[in-house]
Amino acid sequence: MLRYVLRRILYAIPIALGVSLVCFSLVHLAPGDPLSAVLPETATPEQIAEIKADYGFDKPLPIQYLKWLGRALVGDLGSSIKTGRPVMQEIAPAIGNSILLALAAIVLAFCVGCGLGVLAGYVRSRAADSVVTAVAITGVSIPHYWLGMVLIVIFSVEMNLLPASGMGAPDWQHMILPAITLASIPMGIIARSIRASVIETRKQEFVQTLYAKGLPARKVFRHVAKNVAPTVMAVMGLQFAQMLGGSILVETVFAWPGTGFLMNSAIFTRDLPILQGTILVLAMLFVAMNLAVDILQMMMDPRIKRN
Amino acid sequence: MSTITTTTPAPGAAAAPVAFRRASKGFWHTVGRRLARDPITMICAVILLLIVLAALFAPWLGLDDPFKQSMARRLKPFGYQGHWLGTDELGRDMLSRLVFGARMSLFTGFVPVALATLIGGSLGVVAGYAGGRVNMIIMRCIDVFYAFPSVLLAVAISGFLGSGQVNGLVSLTLVFVPPIARISESVTTRVRNEDFVEAARATGAPTLSILFTHVLSNVLGPILVYASSLISVSIVIASGLSFLGLGVTPPNAEWGLMLSTLRQAIYVAPLTAILPGAMIFITSMCFSLMSDGLRNAMDVKV
Amino acid sequence: MMISQETQRAPASAPIGHVAHNGESDPKRDRGGPAQPMLIVRDLKKHFEIGGSALGKNKTVVRAVDGVNFSVAKGETLGIVGESGCGKSTTARLLMHLIVPDSGDLIFDGEEVNRVRGINIRDLRQNMQMVFQDSYASLNPRLTIRDSIAYGPRVTGVGKAEALARAEKLLGMVGLEPGMFALRYPHELSGGQRQRVNIARALAMEPRMLILDESVSALDKSVEAQVLNLLRQLKRELNLTYVFISHDLNVVQYVSDRVLVMYLGQVVESGPVGAIYGGARHPYTTALLSSRPSMDPRRRVKTPPLSGDPPNPINPPSGCRFRTRCPHAQARCAEEAPVLAPSPLDPGHLAACHFPQAAPAKAA
Repeated sequence: MLRYVLRRILYAIPIALGVSLVCFSLVHLAPGDPLSAVLPETATPEQIAEIKADYGFDKPLPIQYLKWLGRALVGDLGSSIKTGRPVMQEIAPAIGNSILLALAAIVLAFCVGCGLGVLAGYVRSRAADSVVTAVAITGVSIPHYWLGMVLIVIFSVEMNLLPASGMGAPDWQHMILPAITLASIPMGIIARSIRASVIETRKQEFVQTLYAKGLPARKVFRHVAKNVAPTVMAVMGLQFAQMLGGSILVETVFAWPGTGFLMNSAIFTRDLPILQGTILVLAMLFVAMNLAVDILQMMMDPRIKRN
Repeated sequence: MSTITTTTPAPGAAAAPVAFRRASKGFWHTVGRRLARDPITMICAVILLLIVLAALFAPWLGLDDPFKQSMARRLKPFGYQGHWLGTDELGRDMLSRLVFGARMSLFTGFVPVALATLIGGSLGVVAGYAGGRVNMIIMRCIDVFYAFPSVLLAVAISGFLGSGQVNGLVSLTLVFVPPIARISESVTTRVRNEDFVEAARATGAPTLSILFTHVLSNVLGPILVYASSLISVSIVIASGLSFLGLGVTPPNAEWGLMLSTLRQAIYVAPLTAILPGAMIFITSMCFSLMSDGLRNAMDVKV
Repeated sequence: MMISQETQRAPASAPIGHVAHNGESDPKRDRGGPAQPMLIVRDLKKHFEIGGSALGKNKTVVRAVDGVNFSVAKGETLGIVGESGCGKSTTARLLMHLIVPDSGDLIFDGEEVNRVRGINIRDLRQNMQMVFQDSYASLNPRLTIRDSIAYGPRVTGVGKAEALARAEKLLGMVGLEPGMFALRYPHELSGGQRQRVNIARALAMEPRMLILDESVSALDKSVEAQVLNLLRQLKRELNLTYVFISHDLNVVQYVSDRVLVMYLGQVVESGPVGAIYGGARHPYTTALLSSRPSMDPRRRVKTPPLSGDPPNPINPPSGCRFRTRCPHAQARCAEEAPVLAPSPLDPGHLAACHFPQAAPAKAA
């Protein structure tokens, strides 16, 4: 099994390198000369020379990439054009906030999705299936930034119940609306996937055998849950990773100070080092999460262990 | 059952002209008939048709000029002085802007998917049919792009390219190429291993002919179903890009852009502010449901 | 030398199965003469690698076909029998060159296949076609059966109208009335009908030899009998040579002139059908034959049934591969691999065994 884990990690390395290459080349997409893209507004000639040497703009591209990669690996992602502070310093608190929001959203999505999915899996009726499908399709089709605005209109503007934006004290109140909005996407997907998994597990003969042995339904459910768990974990892990990377829209609507909000302001101020750094960190997190989900799934399912 | 005759004409005898009775229509005809019987799909089709027609014929529908501003008439409620859906934050007629916005939103939603289907589909089919090294190289490159969450990739590319409609189209197309390529590759690999493809190869047919006659006809269905499911996603992300200030720029009318500029008005005219988003939702939902209907009609397990 | 480079081809209006006479240059002309075997297979090998890491270590090798020798005479039906995993289907695909052999020679009508001075693969495909087992999977669900049959001729240079006419004629020859069936789709036909279509499709290329890979195995018994009769009839009318692969011993006995028995990628016995079924010399053949249930209670076979585990082509036993299941195995069998040797009574009857049985076993 250890061999499988190592092989999986080995496979992820070229992907991670490829991702870093894509992030590196992003700067060269921008119109204009890449040097001016990373220069702070007020730069002294010494600073310019220093940056030139750091990035190696006069050297050929592969060398530039390697220099950039080398610095990125030790955490040096350049400095923000706007504030002059190191990019890493700006990103670190933002990531924390984004993870917090994503966690809240995934827990919420799991509770609702799980409830719906298990219910639909046990109550095999047309109506239940329709509800689950409706939730799933709605969740995928609805523009979540719009949903956020609608929720703001209902709960903040009209009912004045919850704060509309920002992050302040008390924290949990500010988190409710964004979390619900963000949770709308995976909720349907989780519900659908759980439902399909539950149905398939219950169809299997070992479940019938358990019932025939006289086991109470509650205990049978535990067995069913054990079989459904790997799939659910995988889906949840992937959705969590997606939310982390795709939270920019929701964070913008609610002015939640996470990585998405950071990227948004970086776009407006053309602060490309921040933009590039954030994208790199988020993409790497995504790759790492995919890897973790794969390994976790393999560990939980004894059938995959054999090589 | 039909009678199987075992008497055969002598070899070399010319076949007598026979009258053919077409026993069944083709595959797509059957799919069309099944679609027509599905009520949800039909309703969505009607709604979409209305929206598309309105978008196509927008300049000739006798609507107000979507660009005409009026400081005096900002954020008026529904029905004010002939503005059926009120006015926006610069005094422009909402109904007209929504209809003209449909042109932009549908365009930036549909074109990237179409382009990505062409590019990603070709890549995937080539990779799937070729197998081996070629497959591995192509799919590994695709995997790198697949390692980004879609919204992040779209924002990344757009963010660096700059705003503008063309840049938005480019970034969205790049976002959709990897998933379509993946699906195409897996379906093509499955078809390629079927016996009838082997039988075609056994006749010594040139590869291109096998691809077009045998592989493509069986692979197109699942690919199109998947691509159609991406249209709704594309509309949402495209509008999302405009919402962030990438993609379409003011003063153009586009639903996502309108949502963004109306955000400040949310306290004053909440209903007007959320109107463009409702359009995105309805359009996206209809495409989603139709795609589901298409999948059911084609009995595709993708 | 490639005859196809010369100008004269057989006339397009020639009936199906037309074998060119002297004066016509045709890739399908009988070049070797009646004494030349249609196909000679020499030391054919194919190994597959499975598993192992991406870096190339730890790959296990499946020796699917490991040194197969036989020949097929013109106009005969050669049956190939064996259990699953013995390499029959792989051999079929190697003959058709759908898989490239690792080593070994194929000689078709006196010309080496895929060699500089022999016959190229394209012309080989004009001469040799295959009928597959799974009748449904071997037909493109999107094409009418007429188009499926006409596809082969069309892509090898035959005009559209003529290809369609040929397809309809073939439908008639295999017993499916063109007026009713030409425009149908595969899912509208029964298994037996589809297999007839497959035969028609193979014949559309006007081959001289057909390889039938488990072609009747998936059919109901009554339908199977009809298709076998059809095959017999077609062979006579079109002057064909067959290689008939099956795991069903009775069917092979019914259709074959000569029989080849395969085990774990090698030929263990070959000979005329009467000799094999009436007096098998290899213990495996004897065991196979005795595993057929007999309707006659008086015909009880005394030889012991097969024992031991089914074969694993990844790690075959040393020496004689059958020794782990052979009731007559001795020390020599583990050290030395036996080669096909003729029987003293009949040079055409070969067995690869150190201790071939002299006494004939009773056939069912």
